[in-house]
Amino acid sequence: MDRLDMRQISKEFGGIAALSGAGFSARAGEVHALMGENGAGKSTLMKILAGAYTHDGGEIRIGGEPVSISNPQDAIRKGISIIYQEFSLASDLTVAENILIETLGHGLFVDRRAMDARATELLTRMGFDDIDPGEIAGGLTIARQQVVEICKALSRDCSILVLDEPTAVLTTHETEKLFDLVRRLRDQGVCIVYISHRLDEIFSLCDRVTVLKDGATVGTWETAALDHKSLVNLMIGRELKDFFPERHGTPGEVALEVEALAAGTLVSDISFSVRRGEVLGIGGLVGAGRTEVLRAIFGADPLSHGEIRIDGKRHVIRSPGNAVRAGIGLVPEDRKQQGCLLHMPILNNAMLTPVNPHLGFLGLIREARERGATEALRSRLNLKAASIDAEAGTLSGGNQQKVAIMKWLVSGCEVLLLDEPTRGVDVGAKVEIYRVINELAANGAAVVMVSSEMLELIGMCDRVIVMRAGRLAGELSGAQLTEEGIIELAMGRKHVH
Amino acid sequence: MSTNPKAPSLVSILVTYNIYFMLAALAIISTLLSEHFLTLQNLFNLLRQLAPLALVSIGMLLVILTGGIDLSVGSVAAIGGMGVAMAMPALPFDGATALFVCIFGAVLFGALLGAINGVLVAGFGMASFVATLAMMTMARGLAYMLSNGQPVRFPRDLPTAQILTGFGSKGVPGIGLPWPVLAVLVIIALFIFLLRRTNWGRLTVATGSNEDAVRLAGLPAWRYKFLAFTLCGALSALAGIFVTARTAVGTPVTGIGLELDAIAACVIGGALLSGGRGTVTNTMIGVLILGLIGNIMNLMSVPAYPQQIIKGVIIILAVLMQGIGARTKRRV
Repeated sequence: MDRLDMRQISKEFGGIAALSGAGFSARAGEVHALMGENGAGKSTLMKILAGAYTHDGGEIRIGGEPVSISNPQDAIRKGISIIYQEFSLASDLTVAENILIETLGHGLFVDRRAMDARATELLTRMGFDDIDPGEIAGGLTIARQQVVEICKALSRDCSILVLDEPTAVLTTHETEKLFDLVRRLRDQGVCIVYISHRLDEIFSLCDRVTVLKDGATVGTWETAALDHKSLVNLMIGRELKDFFPERHGTPGEVALEVEALAAGTLVSDISFSVRRGEVLGIGGLVGAGRTEVLRAIFGADPLSHGEIRIDGKRHVIRSPGNAVRAGIGLVPEDRKQQGCLLHMPILNNAMLTPVNPHLGFLGLIREARERGATEALRSRLNLKAASIDAEAGTLSGGNQQKVAIMKWLVSGCEVLLLDEPTRGVDVGAKVEIYRVINELAANGAAVVMVSSEMLELIGMCDRVIVMRAGRLAGELSGAQLTEEGIIELAMGRKHVH
Repeated sequence: MSTNPKAPSLVSILVTYNIYFMLAALAIISTLLSEHFLTLQNLFNLLRQLAPLALVSIGMLLVILTGGIDLSVGSVAAIGGMGVAMAMPALPFDGATALFVCIFGAVLFGALLGAINGVLVAGFGMASFVATLAMMTMARGLAYMLSNGQPVRFPRDLPTAQILTGFGSKGVPGIGLPWPVLAVLVIIALFIFLLRRTNWGRLTVATGSNEDAVRLAGLPAWRYKFLAFTLCGALSALAGIFVTARTAVGTPVTGIGLELDAIAACVIGGALLSGGRGTVTNTMIGVLILGLIGNIMNLMSVPAYPQQIIKGVIIILAVLMQGIGARTKRRV
C-alpha cells in the first residue's frame, strides 16, 4: 500500500499557478525520485508536504488516510521530515543536543548521559558510530552534518523522509556513504522521496521516478524502464513557443571579453566574449555559479583571478562603481531587494547611477532635463505607469524590471548583464522584456543573460554557454542549441559516458 | 475607489496633514490657555529655546534617512558648547575673528566625532545604535574631564564673549527675531535645498531606502552614510554653541536626553527609522510640536515629571496617526 499519496495538488501565488494537478504516490521501503526542470514545481510540492505552504486544492493521504497539514508541526506529527540543502542545525550545540532538540524543551533538567546514549544508538543504526555525540555540530564536515540532520529526523520516528538535492555539496566518497545510509533506511521501511538533478544518481539509487513539468505531473515510471535520454525527454518534452520577438541586425565588434575568471570558492576558469548587438546566454542549474560570474564581472564580489576587457581595453574592476564607469550594467536577480528602489518614484530609480549626464554643476538636479529623459525612456521601454512620479513598488513585476533597466540606459552602458530577467513575471510581461532586450542589442549593446528557463535561452540568445559546478561545461549555438543540449551539459551527462 | 479621486475625503486630508493639524490644535490650545502665548515676545523666546533642538534634529534626520541612528548628539553638543566657552578666554586675540575661530574649531571637532561614528558604521559595518552609544558615553566623559564636572564660565566683558552672548540673547534690530532663530532658518533652508535639489540629497535618501540597490547601481552607499554622521556631528556641536550663547555658560551636562527629543521630532515628522523617508520641513514641525507641548504644560503649571509622561503619550499618538495614514493610502 502507498505510504504517501499526494493527489491533484494545486497552488497559486498571487494569481500565478505554481502547481496544478501535481502529485505522486510512494511506498514504504521505496526510494522515489522526483524530477523536473527548475521551476517545475518540485520545491513547492515538497514545501506543501512539509507544511511550509498550504495547498489550494487536492488531497494528501498518509497510509491511506486523508490528512490535513497546515503547519510544520502537523507534518512532523505525521512522520514527515525534509532535509533541505541548507541544514537547520544549531551549530553551537552538540550532536546529541541537535538530534534530540525537540526533547530539550521537556522537563527542567537535561539528562546528558541518556541523550548521548540515544544519539549514539541512532548514529550506530545509520552506520556512523564514529561521530561523537558530544561534538559541536558546527565543527563537523557538511556530509556529517547531513547525517546528524537525518538522525534528527529519525529521532522523531519519521516514516517519510524527503531529501532535497542531498549530494549537491558532497564529494563522491561521501555520496557513496550517503547512498548506503539511504538504502539502509529503505530496508528499514522508510518511504524516501529523493530530489536530484543528477541523472546517474536517480538510476543507481531510486526504484521509481515521478516527473513534474510546469506544475503538473507528467507520470511515474519504474527507473528500470527508462534510460537517460528518455528521462530527459520526459522532463522537457515541449515545443518551442513562438513568443520570442525577432531581432534584426548582425553582431558587431567584440565588446566584452572575460578571460580565466575565478571568484569565491565555486567559480573558476570562466572565459567568454560577447559582441555588440549580440545576446549571450548563460545556462546551468541553480547553484552552478552563474550569478556569481555576473557579480564578479560587475565588481560586486571580488575577483580572485582573471581579466576583463571592454572594447579590447583591460579594466581593473574592484567595485560596481568601476564597472559602471567602464560601461557595464547589472540587472540583479532579486528585483525587489536589489534592482529597484521600491519606495521611490520611477524618476529617482532611473537616475540612480554614478554616470548621470543630466546633473548640473556640483550635482545640482536639473529637474526638467531629468523628467524629459525619463519620459523618453518610459515610452521607449513601453513602461506602463500612471506617471514617472509613481513609486516603483506600485508597478507590476515586468514594469519593475523595466525600471531596473532604465538607469543603465541613462548611464549609456554598453555591456548589460541580466540575471534571470523574467523570473516571477507573467507571460505577457516576459514578451515585453524580451522586446526590450532585443531593442538594446539592436542599438549596439552587448547583452549577457543568465536564465534557468531553457526556452528563453534558446529563443533569445545567439549563443549559450552552460555552467556546471562553477566551471564552463560547454558552448552551444545554431542547431546545437536545444533543450537536450543544455540539459546534458548542465547535468554533466556527457561526462558520464 | 468609490469616491472621485480628485476630491479627497476630509478624513484623508486630516490623515495626510495630521502633523499640521496637530500643530495648529496645540497653538489654539496655548492661545486659549494664556493671553501671553500669542505675544511676539513669548513666541520669539520659544523659538530661541528650540533652536538647538532644531539643529540637532536636522542632523538626526540625515542619519535616520540613511537608515541609522545617532545617540551621541547630546554629548557632542556638550563638547561643542564647552569647547567654545573654554577657548574664548584662552585665545591670544579678541573679537569677531576669535569667535569665528572658536566656533569653527568646535564645529570641526564635532564633525570629527561624527566622522568617527561614520567610519564605525559605514566602514566597519557596526550597528549605528551601538557605535553611537559608545560615542555618547565617550564624548560625555570627555566633557566632564575637560571641565572637572563644573560649568565653564567665561569673563562677561571679554569682547569675544560679548558678541557670542549678544547673538544668543538679542534679536535682529527692528524685527526682534532672535539671531539664533534667523541662523537656524538659514540652515533649514540650506538643508531643504541640499536634500531636494542635489544628487547627494537624493542618494542619501535612496541609501536608506535600499542600500543594496544603491550599491549595485555602482554608487558608494557608504559615503552617504559617512557624510550623514559627519554632518550630524557638526550640527550637534553647533547646537551646543547656541546653548552656550543663550545661557552664557558652557556646561558638561548640556544636551542630556537631547538625542531622544531629536529622534522624537523626526518620528513625529513622519521619518521612518528604517530609513528612506522623512523631510526637513516635517521634522521642524515635529520640533515645534515638542516645543509647544512643553510650553502649554508650563503655562498650565504641570510639574516636570508628569510632563514627560504626557510628552510620551503625544509621541505615541502622532506615530499612530501616521500608521493610520499609511494604511489609508495603501487602500486607495
